[in-house]
Amino acid sequence: MSRFKKTGEKETPELNMGSMSDIIFMFLFFFMVITTMREATLKVHFNPPKATEIQKLEKKSLVANIYVGAPISKNENTLPPGEVSVQLNDQTIKAEELVADVRDFIGTEKESRDAIDRDKLTFSLKVDKEVQMRYVNTIKQELRKNNALKINYAAGKRETAK
Amino acid sequence: MAKRKTPGLNTGSMSDISFLLLTFFLLTSSINTEQGIPRKLPPPKTEDAQDKTVDINKRNVLNVLVNFRDEISVNGEVMMVSELKDKAKEFFANPNNDPNLPEKVSKPIDGIGDFAVSKGVVSLTNDQGTSYDMYVQVQNELQRAVNELRDETSLQYFGKKYNALDSAAQRAVTQAIPMSISEAPPMDYSKTGAAN
Repeated sequence: MSRFKKTGEKETPELNMGSMSDIIFMFLFFFMVITTMREATLKVHFNPPKATEIQKLEKKSLVANIYVGAPISKNENTLPPGEVSVQLNDQTIKAEELVADVRDFIGTEKESRDAIDRDKLTFSLKVDKEVQMRYVNTIKQELRKNNALKINYAAGKRETAK
Repeated sequence: MAKRKTPGLNTGSMSDISFLLLTFFLLTSSINTEQGIPRKLPPPKTEDAQDKTVDINKRNVLNVLVNFRDEISVNGEVMMVSELKDKAKEFFANPNNDPNLPEKVSKPIDGIGDFAVSKGVVSLTNDQGTSYDMYVQVQNELQRAVNELRDETSLQYFGKKYNALDSAAQRAVTQAIPMSISEAPPMDYSKTGAAN
């Protein structure tokens, strides 16, 4: 049994660190792929409706989000009668400032893009499925008034028809 | 027990494993993309255009009403969401040239030739109390009707589905089967006390 032959004193071999870099790169790539830069933290509950005929928006940089849904915290500004908040950028907006805020939001979003891309700017309405249409209609009206005509009703994928 | 020499670990395959894992995660993780139903709003009203009422023949309009209880009526007929697609498809296609369904105008289209384009318009009216979910479902069904018609036309003229066509052919098919939804100002049940 020469395989189990005992041989005197031995030093512990060094661990091969060569593949460590591979693992690190793996994690790096993984996180690079799955992280989506969301510039705003959600302050409203957003559970998108499901649909079958959805399309992917071509360019993420040409999308501006408008969130509408029930507020997560009680301290948020709400629209009357107080069950629904509209979030632009990082904050929920007050009912009386809705018109001005939406106009400013559209203005700044358009200005931050190149002149060529301005017409391609899409406003994605991320509306919770429980929300009544009155809030969506108000926002659509404001978008229309401000000539922001390309919109998108954000929806999740549903495989089969209802 | 005497100390023994542990053999050097063969780490050559470690990188293979790590790449395997990397590819696995790449394939399984869904990147959170922006997706939804794209729509175009009509341009803002201008003062002089306000008086111009477009006279549309009754047969060319499909009146879709959604009330505050999320019930749908199509040209006065109560319907389920599941029935809406076929109704809209029949409306847009009008295969038997039914006099009650929209008329068609023959238009020359690049890549297709003369095509009888439907003049049909879906007029969509919702209530202020309609849920957003139902609104999206209705939009989705109308989109599905148009998409199916586009697929059929694409197969007929180009032998491929709409999504597989190049952009010029897609444009031709879009011209042949336009997506025409007109949204009427919403009703408000809670204010009037009765849906009108």
